[in-house]
Amino acid sequence: MSLIDIRNLSLDIHGTPILRDVSFSLQAGQVFGLVGESGSGKSMTSLALMKLMPEGARRTGSAVMDGRDLFGLDERAMCGVRGNQIGMIFQEPMTALNPVQTIGDQVAETLVIHGAASRGEALRVAREKLDRVGLDAARFPLTRYPHELSGGQRQRVCIAMAIALRPRLLIADEPTTALDVTTQAQILELLKGLVADEGMGLMLITHDLAVVSGIADQVAVMQQGRIVEQGPTEALFRARAHAYTRQLFAASSHIPAREAMAEEAPLLEVRDVVREYALPRRSLFGPAPSLRAVAGVSLTLRRGESLGLVGESGCGKSTLTRAILGLEALQAGEIRLDGQPVLAGRRMPPALRAGVQVVFQDPYGSFNPRHKVARLVAEPFHLAPVDAGTARDRVAESLDAVGLQASDMDKYIHEFSGGQRQRIAIARALIIRPKLIVLDEAVSALDVSVRARILDLLADLQGRYGLSYLFISHDLGVVRAITDRVLVMKSGEIVEEGPTEAVFDAPAHPYTRQLVAATPQIPADWMAQEPV
Amino acid sequence: MLRYALSRLLSLSLSLVVASLVIFFVIEVIPGDPASYMLGMNARPETVAALSRELGLDQPIFTRYLAWVGGMLTGDFGTSYTYRVPVGDLIAARLGVSLPLTVYALLLTIVIAFPVGLIAAATRGSALDAGIMGGTQLGIAVPNFWFAMLLVLFFAITLQWFSAGGFPGWDRGFWINIKALTLPAVALALPQASILARVMRSAVIETLGQDYIRTARAKGLTSRQAVVGHALRNALIPVLTIIGLQFSFLLAGAIIIENVFFLPGLGRLIFQAITQRDLIVVESVVMLLVFAVIMVTFLVDLAYAAVDPRLRRRA
Repeated sequence: MSLIDIRNLSLDIHGTPILRDVSFSLQAGQVFGLVGESGSGKSMTSLALMKLMPEGARRTGSAVMDGRDLFGLDERAMCGVRGNQIGMIFQEPMTALNPVQTIGDQVAETLVIHGAASRGEALRVAREKLDRVGLDAARFPLTRYPHELSGGQRQRVCIAMAIALRPRLLIADEPTTALDVTTQAQILELLKGLVADEGMGLMLITHDLAVVSGIADQVAVMQQGRIVEQGPTEALFRARAHAYTRQLFAASSHIPAREAMAEEAPLLEVRDVVREYALPRRSLFGPAPSLRAVAGVSLTLRRGESLGLVGESGCGKSTLTRAILGLEALQAGEIRLDGQPVLAGRRMPPALRAGVQVVFQDPYGSFNPRHKVARLVAEPFHLAPVDAGTARDRVAESLDAVGLQASDMDKYIHEFSGGQRQRIAIARALIIRPKLIVLDEAVSALDVSVRARILDLLADLQGRYGLSYLFISHDLGVVRAITDRVLVMKSGEIVEEGPTEAVFDAPAHPYTRQLVAATPQIPADWMAQEPV
Repeated sequence: MLRYALSRLLSLSLSLVVASLVIFFVIEVIPGDPASYMLGMNARPETVAALSRELGLDQPIFTRYLAWVGGMLTGDFGTSYTYRVPVGDLIAARLGVSLPLTVYALLLTIVIAFPVGLIAAATRGSALDAGIMGGTQLGIAVPNFWFAMLLVLFFAITLQWFSAGGFPGWDRGFWINIKALTLPAVALALPQASILARVMRSAVIETLGQDYIRTARAKGLTSRQAVVGHALRNALIPVLTIIGLQFSFLLAGAIIIENVFFLPGLGRLIFQAITQRDLIVVESVVMLLVFAVIMVTFLVDLAYAAVDPRLRRRA
């Protein structure tokens, strides 16, 4: 008998259809993967199960667990189900915990709220659960606060909280998307172990096909509020029967057509760069300790080259990027662009600054929402002023180059999707014809199909304008697809560099090996056959 | 935690020193002789010279500054020119009215604002919320002297539950004075409670949108448990800031209400000292208010740290 049986779940929010006839069932001791792109309704499916939908939502269908329909329960009964029968963890561990309560209290609360234990007893169980998720008592006493933990550790606390009452179903909504690959591997391992030990069912929501391939027994593919295909993971991956599934697979492993066109002449030279930050003083009058974010990095980027920089969060890649953009003062070493020194602040001539532009990760946060696209894209002209007519022509040309219409320049940024916004960001970087574009996690927030098209665009622009790219990412797959050479960074130092293929196929440094091993991969033989 | 408190105390003491310098020297740089300024245009030269000597104006400026500060530290604020009594006694008597009134009004403010703001946040978008928002809007808009007069008309004249004004003095017993301060405290609390309730509402609504509230709901907390258990404490930071500002405001800003109820408070003392050019009293009261504001800031800083563990380690 199934653990939970969902039949014909449909959901409208203020009359807009969000889910349509979603049906699936989940077995105890199994992992059910729900994959799809953003907006496909994956998260809403889980929130509908928990009855935590946004205001104005109307739901039909049934979800039978232990012979009773969850959708028929009132709010009071549903509070008894949440955290008790069904546990849930979310994508963003940095904000998922209450910052003003200790981790012990937050885990214990799950037990106390359901009347399962007294506070003292609940704290004892909390200790047990934290041990179970790999947070030992010596380093992680119950009195720790969330801000004292890393993202991966916080996600472990969230898991401890969700499994405190041994729920029969655990829903994990993109539990590892915000984490580094090595941390992701550990968390997935932990979830797998919990399913095996506790015999619970796990519903894993993710956009990442490779993650699903390594953990799920059953998979359902969602598109526009419907499940278009579902079945046992290996069979579904091998067959790829539905057109949308095929499209999803093609996009996630997409490699844009591009040729290496690097010249010998260096464009960007970074020599022994050191950047330190002062930390808060430990005593009132002693010297302030410092953190070496970048510890003696050297690299060369040639004209027309696409250079990758990979590493986990906190490795110093963002600081290095900011230094290259002339936004960080250096304690030692030098950076030269086209032979001229890159300096922080106003000491850098605008013409030199115009030689390098940047595209950031967040397509939603990197534009002023009150300005029209024309003004946003024309922003870099303050480095090399032109008259208004020329500026408009150049904006039109730039928008055209990234596949948008000239007429889009009179719209506001909220009228565009995430992918279109990233195109606008690229248009803004292109407009003063820089020699180098720094792409800082520029495709990380995008869905796979959008990401595939942006990668194509980048490859195409590079060929047309002779651009050099510095491509910073934590995603090895993307770096592999778009770069000629790659640098691996760890704790402020470059630990390995070389041609991208060679480094990833035969990593020499132990850290690179660890990184490559932790990256989830779809087994090669599953993909060997052409889809049916 | 201790280091945080000490470092806050250190920086606030520095503000106090700077404030004393500013207050002293601003009064010093007023063109002309403070003595003749205090005595007015038609004073006789002998009178001015006598007052100068009495005020110690013939001493060098730094000596006078040190004497002033040293005097304040030992409780000697000098002698009021107009009242002919030690400024310290004068202030102490007025503080005996203003401080209890401020604390009383602030307690009322908190007791009203917390539940009202919470209920509005918990029922946001409902008719109740709209009613509360309308009511608080009115509470801010209504001038407090007019509201005070309504209170007098209704409770003092019609019902005769309270006296219409005056202050018996603490030697006459505790409750009789509390009773005398009740109507003024209510009049003072109404606009402050309206402001605080609105701040509380928006702070709670903002925390309700946070991810950890969703986590709490997923654990099985009811919506009310999530508000009380998780949203409230996180919403306290902006609320504490406002409470600190309100205390400082009420301590010296109650002059209109003091006039309506014939209360001998600090507000009226300042007003009289300014109109009578009693610079010694003005200097001392201003310094005292600065001290009060800084102490309240310190207490609010400690409260922040008590509420939010992330602030405790920061020095």
